[in-house]
Amino acid sequence: MTQHSALSTQHFLIETRALVKAYGLLPVLRKLDLGITRGEFVALLGPNGSGKSTLLRLLAGLSKPTAGQITIGGWTLPDEAAAVRAQIGMVSHKVLLYENLSAHENLRFFARLYNLPPAGVDARIAELLEQVGLSRRAADPVRTFSRGMQQRLSIARALLHDPDILLLDEPYTGLDVDASSVLDGLLRDAHAGGRTILMTTHQLDSAAALAGRVVILSRGGIGYDAPTAGLDGARLSAIYTETTSMVSAR
Amino acid sequence: MKTPFFKAVLSIVRKDIQIELRSRELVSSMGLFALLSILIFSFALELDRTARQEAISGVLWVTVVFASILGLNRSLAMERDQGNLDAMLLAPIDRVAIFFGKLAGNLVFALVVGLLLLPIMTILYNQNLIRPWLLLVLLLGTFGFATIGTLLAMMTVQTRARESLLPIVMMPVALPVLLAAVRASTNILAQNPIADWIAWPQILVVVDIVYLVACYLLFEYVIEE
Repeated sequence: MTQHSALSTQHFLIETRALVKAYGLLPVLRKLDLGITRGEFVALLGPNGSGKSTLLRLLAGLSKPTAGQITIGGWTLPDEAAAVRAQIGMVSHKVLLYENLSAHENLRFFARLYNLPPAGVDARIAELLEQVGLSRRAADPVRTFSRGMQQRLSIARALLHDPDILLLDEPYTGLDVDASSVLDGLLRDAHAGGRTILMTTHQLDSAAALAGRVVILSRGGIGYDAPTAGLDGARLSAIYTETTSMVSAR
Repeated sequence: MKTPFFKAVLSIVRKDIQIELRSRELVSSMGLFALLSILIFSFALELDRTARQEAISGVLWVTVVFASILGLNRSLAMERDQGNLDAMLLAPIDRVAIFFGKLAGNLVFALVVGLLLLPIMTILYNQNLIRPWLLLVLLLGTFGFATIGTLLAMMTVQTRARESLLPIVMMPVALPVLLAAVRASTNILAQNPIADWIAWPQILVVVDIVYLVACYLLFEYVIEE
């Protein structure tokens, strides 16, 4: 097991220190220390209930920690949440879109919420819709889209304000093979554009193929943390099983 | 870095109205419910003309309140079900702007239904309800309901029994508004001297301000887990 041990010496874009989150008496994250450098693509794995989504919600400022510290781009959560939120884009297994609005109207609404300059908004929306392959469906209501199309639009929404950080919470949920492959391409492009990506997923093949580093959460802490170099889906699957079963056996 | 407060509020109101114009889900269901209610009340009170005259303000407010509850549930469920509330919470806006945006939208829809009711009830109950003071009381009462209702609906929409829970939670809290609105409306329709009932609209204004301040202070806690 390789531990990411340089937490105190490196300069991280995202950093949690002794992070604790409990729901009532039930602790989900227990003194979690995690650092992610600028430009990294980290896959966050773990069984259901291991705290992956909770960690992402904490990093996005959607939830407040019970104890510990979160710093993103030099800003501290929850005190400087607005500054942090401006540099985060989030994609969830829920699409976070209004199904009665068209693709263009959805993006326009979020552009206003992110205070994008009105002059460039239409061009930015057109560029993103082109990027996610939805230009021809820009005027159609989102309810007429397939799940894969909705997820692509969700990525466009997350990229609208050109964030430094993308948080992806099980973005492959409900996607078929083709849609997953399109999503892979979009995530590669987003990463190639210099973004820092933290993605929770149960798709070990995608995690091994896309991410540069994999972190496995177990019992509210980090059970495994290492680069993905030399790892394929099968090897990662073995590591995942070993890490999570070790925890279950305790 | 933050989006200006009023820009965020206006964006949310505009979005809600745009969705409503597209889907016509809220106003049509609220309007249909309201129409059925006043028709049923009209038939139920048909035999006793005096009782019907005296019950008009009660019928009006019961109908407005329950139609508003219907709209509040749907309006907030739309934000919760697709995770859109999270999407708004992710934006660099004052969180209370979400409350004011949703409040303004809910108020517009409830007022539309309330204003449609007045001419229909004027015909059905054979009494003129289109009076300036009644319009003012309708505005103040609906504002009070929409304010406290938006906050409470934001809470109950996270529960499984949201459809039944909202009226149960809302009625005791909204009782001062209902009481003041019904008393004011009864006096206006009875054409009593203004000095006899002006205290009720004044109470409505005070209660509305108290609700607004309380909701402003509590909203951030309500949307936290």
